[in-house]
Amino acid sequence: MPVSTVSAAEFSSALLKPDEAAPRGIVGPDGDISPKRFNVYRNNVVVSLSEALAQTFPAVQNLLGDEYFQALARAFVTVHPPQSPVLLWYGADFPAFLEAFPPLAGYPYLADVARLEWAWLQAYHTADCGPLDPSVVVAIAPEQLGAARFEPHPASALIVSEFPILDLVRQNRFEKNDTVSVDLKQPQQVLVTRPELDVKMTFVQHSNAVFMDLLLKGRTLQEAAEASAAADPEFSLSGALSDCFSSGAFKDIIVQ
Amino acid sequence: MTQKAMTAAFVAGAVATAVAGLSATTPAHAQAKEKCYGISLAGQNDCKAGPGTTCAGSSTVDYQGNAWTLVPKGTCVTMELPGDRKGSLSELDRDLPEA
Repeated sequence: MPVSTVSAAEFSSALLKPDEAAPRGIVGPDGDISPKRFNVYRNNVVVSLSEALAQTFPAVQNLLGDEYFQALARAFVTVHPPQSPVLLWYGADFPAFLEAFPPLAGYPYLADVARLEWAWLQAYHTADCGPLDPSVVVAIAPEQLGAARFEPHPASALIVSEFPILDLVRQNRFEKNDTVSVDLKQPQQVLVTRPELDVKMTFVQHSNAVFMDLLLKGRTLQEAAEASAAADPEFSLSGALSDCFSSGAFKDIIVQ
Repeated sequence: MTQKAMTAAFVAGAVATAVAGLSATTPAHAQAKEKCYGISLAGQNDCKAGPGTTCAGSSTVDYQGNAWTLVPKGTCVTMELPGDRKGSLSELDRDLPEA
């Protein structure tokens, strides 16, 4: 009876290197070295990780076509093995990989489409949490409001893009059977969150997104309002606050 | 708005305007919800296990006792259902699919 002498480290490192020989010690029942048996593992690892990517980034897959996506996923998987056994956390590096992948330089919107899809998945799996109740904010004394900070909803992510990422994701994922008019010159800012059970993607006008971003980063209401007004003379504080409340971007307000 | 200081009154006014505008058009999702068991028609339940599972729409029996649907808060146990059924805030053992 042959004794397997292959180490786990040797086994896993050879999995993602298709050109390398199978690790020593992989033998069939006859005791002979069996690279074919090892290649079954190699194939399963790459295929299952590629499928996970396709399920996390279906809009990117639809934009590129199945064949291209499969080849791309294979290229990604071999250089970005999972850091965690949880597949729904696999692919955080995929948007940056798309951005830096030279053959896709002509499709600069793909990375932000992937960022939006990643935010959608993370929002989907975050713990349940209700949105901030606006009546709590109204009840705060006016002189305390300026120094107040907002606590982001755990599912919130604001994606600011030079491209119409919300329309691209709608057309290529959520509304594939409808015709969404997509103008590639239109920048879109999108807040992703999950105030109830369903993930919500909300388009946020640019100056309101600047304001929301500052609040999400922990700046006070006064600081965020002044910086936003300085950046855009047309900025409307009440309009921006309205977006913050109706989108469910925050879960609480903290008064000093 | 260049050099105009954001006074406390201005900020408070903007908050009041924003919230007033909201209540005029409160979307359905902003209403408080409760999970209500035993009221959904077959295939129309929301998900018991929540995100990460795919059980939404999986109930097979009308008014299935262990499937729930989100309803406006306070209406779950009072809504009228056929056959003297009532909704419940906890799982029910009536109308379960045959094992």
